[in-house]
Amino acid sequence: MRIAILSDIHANREAFDAVLEAVYKREPDQLVLLGDLVGYGPDPVHVVEKAADLVAQGALCVLGNHDEAVVLNRSDMTENARFAVQWTRERLAPAHFDFLARLPLSLQSEDRLYVHASAERPAKWFYIRDVDAAERCLSSSDARFIFCGHTHVPAVYYALPGRRPIHFRPLDNVAVPLSALARHLVVVGAVGQPRDGNPAACYALVDTERHEVTMVRVPYDHEETARKIQAAGLPGWLGMRLKIGR
Amino acid sequence: MQRFEAGTVIDGFELVEKLPTGGMASLWRATNPRYDFPLVLKIPFLDPGGDVSVILGFEAEELILKRLSGPHVPRFAASGSLAQVPYIAMEFVAGTGLADVVGNAPLQVDEVARIGTEIATALAALHRQKVVHLDLKPENIILAKRGAVLLDFGLARHAELPDLLGAESSVPMGTAAYISPEQVLGERSDPASDLFALGCILYQLATGEEPFGRPATFAGMKRRLYHGPRPPRDINEAIPRWLEAIILRCMEVDRSRRYVEAAQVLSDLRNPDQVVVVRRKPQDVGVWAAITRLFRKTDERSLVGKPTMSRTQAGPSIVLAAVDLANGSDALAGEVLSETARVLASREDSWLACVTVLKTEIIGEAPAADETGRSEYLRRLVALKDWARPLHLPEDRISYHVLEAVSAADAILNYAEHNDVGHIVVGARASSAIRRHLGSVSTKVVAQALCSVSVVRLKAVEEQGLHRKAPEPIAPVERESAEPDQ
Repeated sequence: MRIAILSDIHANREAFDAVLEAVYKREPDQLVLLGDLVGYGPDPVHVVEKAADLVAQGALCVLGNHDEAVVLNRSDMTENARFAVQWTRERLAPAHFDFLARLPLSLQSEDRLYVHASAERPAKWFYIRDVDAAERCLSSSDARFIFCGHTHVPAVYYALPGRRPIHFRPLDNVAVPLSALARHLVVVGAVGQPRDGNPAACYALVDTERHEVTMVRVPYDHEETARKIQAAGLPGWLGMRLKIGR
Repeated sequence: MQRFEAGTVIDGFELVEKLPTGGMASLWRATNPRYDFPLVLKIPFLDPGGDVSVILGFEAEELILKRLSGPHVPRFAASGSLAQVPYIAMEFVAGTGLADVVGNAPLQVDEVARIGTEIATALAALHRQKVVHLDLKPENIILAKRGAVLLDFGLARHAELPDLLGAESSVPMGTAAYISPEQVLGERSDPASDLFALGCILYQLATGEEPFGRPATFAGMKRRLYHGPRPPRDINEAIPRWLEAIILRCMEVDRSRRYVEAAQVLSDLRNPDQVVVVRRKPQDVGVWAAITRLFRKTDERSLVGKPTMSRTQAGPSIVLAAVDLANGSDALAGEVLSETARVLASREDSWLACVTVLKTEIIGEAPAADETGRSEYLRRLVALKDWARPLHLPEDRISYHVLEAVSAADAILNYAEHNDVGHIVVGARASSAIRRHLGSVSTKVVAQALCSVSVVRLKAVEEQGLHRKAPEPIAPVERESAEPDQ
């Protein structure tokens, strides 16, 4: 079975469309959206509607902190994020709010757990940026594979019984082996706002027969997204960071 | 635990005969009609309460062997999952185990050099595939008809794969007799570690002794950071200085002084007359030196130097510059020199092999054999050294080769292949009717070289440009014959 996992799309239409085009060519058996459909980007309506279509066709989708903030009108975020949440709320229709409000915090499918942030306490939106956070996340679930996003920086943590997890930074487009001995925490890079220094959109492709996960990179027209961000009156940094991937 | 015996069938592999092995796995000759090469099955001893590193090593070997190809590794056939019967099925490689050869050491010098060349070739091929073996020893090397074949990748490291084994263990992993100093300190990613092990093997083949014995403790293994082995010539006077120099350079603790790439070891073993023999400083001896050493606080990490990867990725390790000096140095030779300087500049420790071809008319004739031939050979050698002088390379980075051959292109290609050259710089004369008809040296080198080639051409002067634009094809003035345009 092959699973395409897309995280942190952040209302970036150009990145989302480019990634979906690349995903369809690979013909995966399952599509998973790991949350943060909206926030930061200029095309929330397009992304939410597209996501709703995909879910109707069988894709899995979980809630992200930006999705929640838009639904609940939360303001405990960074200034840019808060501004984008307000901006997004003004553009979404009730049906869009309704779709986002129904998203679950996590989903389990066979031995795979999908969650936007740490599985430790999903609604607390903890970042997994180090081995300690990875260890807490892994110990709060017995799933053999946990897939999350939220940091916008790809990583794979291997957990051997009774030992500290081992961190590995996956190379772009190079398959990372999944160990028969270990449990895994896979942090999927971002579709709509990569922060690992590479502006190309990132999604994860899992192959359960070959026991591999690949962080696939898809270059897209981020200049256009940045232009739209500017035109929409969103903070300029949100466009700038797309160009540098930070 | 499942017991295996002759006749047992696992996933279509029928076990035939048990082979002698070490403590980590059993080895079986096996048959399976689906594969057209002889097979061996490696089945790890998995004891539920046992060391997890055995299983990790098994998993690492499977991942790495799967990704390797070429004549210097056994072909991968299939593997069984840990959930059922874990095994790796691979090609059975027929040949002489180096472990058997080591028993006869000390060997003749040319035999040591020949075996060293084969192992260095295999290591170069392995390192090109981003894998470091990290457990190179006679037991893991088969001298087969097709060259040296490296076995057992249970401790190996692939640059693009996670290293679960390394993260798992805090004790040095490797074989005490051959492990490199940086591995003793826990580093598991530098191809230069395999060159250290190669040095230990050559030492053993040449002297009949293991350079560091087989220390059983961590402290014993660490000794090699501070104490070099006995110089090979102290043990066996028959060892020439050049071979000793090669062995000791492989075994340098500081990686900035060790060979960086297997290709360099190969090149030195193939060209003994070009090896720079440095008179070694006498070691600090005496009571006072021992006492000061005892109290000097050294950072062990600094002793082994920086990993070599930053250097190896910067550019080619060996550059071959082919220059035509039949009519002395000319403008094209000057241009070849400039381009060579640019290629060398990408990497501060690259080597340059300067090659010029002395053409012989008939195959088999050796002009150097007679008096006039000999003087022509020397004249070319002097010209070649003079040509390269403006580069101001230290003598351990440059070598000179006057090759006698019927075909200049074949001589250059042959040299490049046998010395694992990473980049060729060759000149091309202006186009001519004869050259178009017969083909030029540079054309053939470009077509057949196994590495990158820079072809240097003098920028066409205006008259030639006009010729090309002329409506009727006009043959340019013939200035050179077709062949010598290297």
